[in-house]
Amino acid sequence: MNVFDIFLWLIFPYICLTIFVLGHIWRYRYDKFGWTSRSSQMYEDSILRWANPMFHFGILAVFLGHVMGLGIPKSWTDALGVSEAMYHFMAISVGAIAGVFTIVGLIGLLYRRRFTKAVLGATTKMDKFMYLMLLIVILTGLVNTGSGAIGDYNYREGVSVWFRSIFYFNPQPELMVSAPLSFQLHGFLAITLFAVWPFTRLVHAFTAPVNYLFRPYVLYRSRDDHEGSRSRRRGWDKVDTIPRRR
Amino acid sequence: MKIMAQMAMVMNLDKCIGCHTCSVTCKQVWTNKSGSEHAWFNNVETRPGQGYPRTYEDQERWKGGWTLNKRGKLKLKAGGRLKNLATIFSNPNLPGLKDYYEPWTYDYENLTTAPAQKHMPVARPKSLLTGEDTKITWSSNWDDDLAGSVEHGHNDPILKQVGDKIKFEYEQAFMFYLPRICEHCLNPSCVASCPTGAIYKREEDGIVLVDQDRCRGWRQCVTGCPYKKMYFNHKTGKVEKCTFCYPRIEIGQPTICSETCVGRLRYLGLMFYDQDRVLEAASTPDEHGLYEAQRNVFLDPKDPEVIRQARLADIPEDWIEAAQRSPIWALVNEYKVALPLHPEYRTMPMVWYIPPLSPVVDAVGETGEDAEQKDNLFNAIDRLRIPIEYLAGLFTAGDTAPVDTVLRKLAAMRSYMRDINMGWEENESIAESVGMTGQEIKDMYRLLAIAKYEERYVIPPAHYEDAHKLENIATECSLNVDGGPGMGGMDETFGTNLNQGADPGIGIFAGPGRPEGVRINLLNWNGKGTPDGLFPNGDDQP
Repeated sequence: MNVFDIFLWLIFPYICLTIFVLGHIWRYRYDKFGWTSRSSQMYEDSILRWANPMFHFGILAVFLGHVMGLGIPKSWTDALGVSEAMYHFMAISVGAIAGVFTIVGLIGLLYRRRFTKAVLGATTKMDKFMYLMLLIVILTGLVNTGSGAIGDYNYREGVSVWFRSIFYFNPQPELMVSAPLSFQLHGFLAITLFAVWPFTRLVHAFTAPVNYLFRPYVLYRSRDDHEGSRSRRRGWDKVDTIPRRR
Repeated sequence: MKIMAQMAMVMNLDKCIGCHTCSVTCKQVWTNKSGSEHAWFNNVETRPGQGYPRTYEDQERWKGGWTLNKRGKLKLKAGGRLKNLATIFSNPNLPGLKDYYEPWTYDYENLTTAPAQKHMPVARPKSLLTGEDTKITWSSNWDDDLAGSVEHGHNDPILKQVGDKIKFEYEQAFMFYLPRICEHCLNPSCVASCPTGAIYKREEDGIVLVDQDRCRGWRQCVTGCPYKKMYFNHKTGKVEKCTFCYPRIEIGQPTICSETCVGRLRYLGLMFYDQDRVLEAASTPDEHGLYEAQRNVFLDPKDPEVIRQARLADIPEDWIEAAQRSPIWALVNEYKVALPLHPEYRTMPMVWYIPPLSPVVDAVGETGEDAEQKDNLFNAIDRLRIPIEYLAGLFTAGDTAPVDTVLRKLAAMRSYMRDINMGWEENESIAESVGMTGQEIKDMYRLLAIAKYEERYVIPPAHYEDAHKLENIATECSLNVDGGPGMGGMDETFGTNLNQGADPGIGIFAGPGRPEGVRINLLNWNGKGTPDGLFPNGDDQP
């Protein structure tokens, strides 16, 4: 293991995750107005109609798959009595379906983004970079899922352990060094994507409106609480107003 | 009873000349920017016509507003909460830009840079979406004055309800203008559709606003609003809407559309309503009952019990007084000539309309008969079923009875006031025939026809009276305390200037130095002498 390996699988992940966390905090504090999905549905609807749900539901399934695969230690599923073959079958079949959904949806979305002029016109440089990253990460991920069916590398004893080790602050970069190239590529690009994330429209994922299921339909807000749309900062309270009773 | 105040508007359609001044001034103030070209917070539609965006009233297609489920409970027409979230990636009922129009500009530069040539250079239309040459095929008022109605007119969703009986031939056509803004509903379906909770109704005045910092561009409110008054800004990815010009309303000025209305047809004022009864009223089983149900949600601001409750709810004294003088209350619940737009959407809209008598008057006039004679007008109201059914389709969910009643009142007013203006004897029987007294007709005439500025717009300024009273402290340097770093210094001049307010002409900020209750309108001041209260008397200064 040389210095380069240590940088790649130890230092770089921490840099990226730090940017990920601090970037989101910064973005939320200073660019709430820019925090949006910037939908282009008004420009073009016929491709988006099927491609966008396909991509998003696909990627949600992929995300859950990663929570399973990376987050849950092998010993836990073993304890539950899930055999390796069974886990493998589930992961590959469900993973492949979700992956294909995601990639087909993404290709549809990229097609309309490139060939519908109005959509292309509303695409920023950052968008283009983000789409490229997203495409490669998903493609390498699909390759890994496919190779899982034929190859004999068990990521649950390699990549997954490395991934968790980062969060335990007990990193094990050697596990990545010994991983196959396609897994290395996927892992590297994915953590790079995390570093880019706060500066792209991907931030909308973190304001998924689950609260909608639990709130009352009609919302009331007092003008007193909000002058403009920002609440007053601490230390800048107005000295005069006696708030209206409510 | 939970009493709440609502800023509301009434428009008198007989006076609308379709000049679009309201739309233009509104556009200049609020949506004159990239990404909101298609956003017309105020637009004026020619009726019959498709409206803007095209056929927005066809709720079977666009799924706006509320509907009743099998158990008679209110639900969003576009679907429940889970369906809302499930369709977040692709909203099946979202109007595309093609349903509004493709925004464009002109290549003006070509006019100055074109080389000398045989023909005049032209400024070609360029799409603002693609930057390429474009063909202009639609806009916010493409069907103005029935233009193209032979071709498009039958797409009007209301006409389809009436049963397609209207011919668009010149002789038989009737038309009127319908200016529209956001309805600032009591039961707003846009607020209910917003997954994020970025849209809210202000507690103080009921104005519905979008928090631009919280909007995430999920677009569900565009579908939720049956009036299609939520506009998705395609550049910022956020939704914008009519703000009821709240910065103007807050300092007692009318909205920009009202202020600049050439026909002076808009009325602004407060309505008190019982929030506890809104849901029940909006759930009225019979669509025809919705108009009456909404009227019953409003509270009489002169009722001592209502006044007591208003005080308990901390509604400032000048607001209660303004509600009592509200032209909206007079038109909606006293004269009962104003009707809500599409009550069947069950959103409890708060911009109401006085339906136009002009189609009736025109029809009588064309026959050569006396179009100001009561019986001629009443007969015409009975016979002209198509215009009246059409109006009912707009204002009373298809129930013609309330429209009939309103038109008869307007006809009676016309007839009664004609007698007076001609110097003839006042004919009390005309008033009686619509259940009014002569004096009531004269009062209504004053409000509708004379329509003085102060009577059209009764807007209580400065929403928090507490802050208002403390204006002096609010505008002073907060460090100006004994021993503080800003002690002494410029408080004399600084404070005094600001006490006179940002706009002394309106005279709202009657600061501490000014005699109680004096309002000075500098526009009315002839420049001679110093009327009482023009200057603060200075003695009261601390």
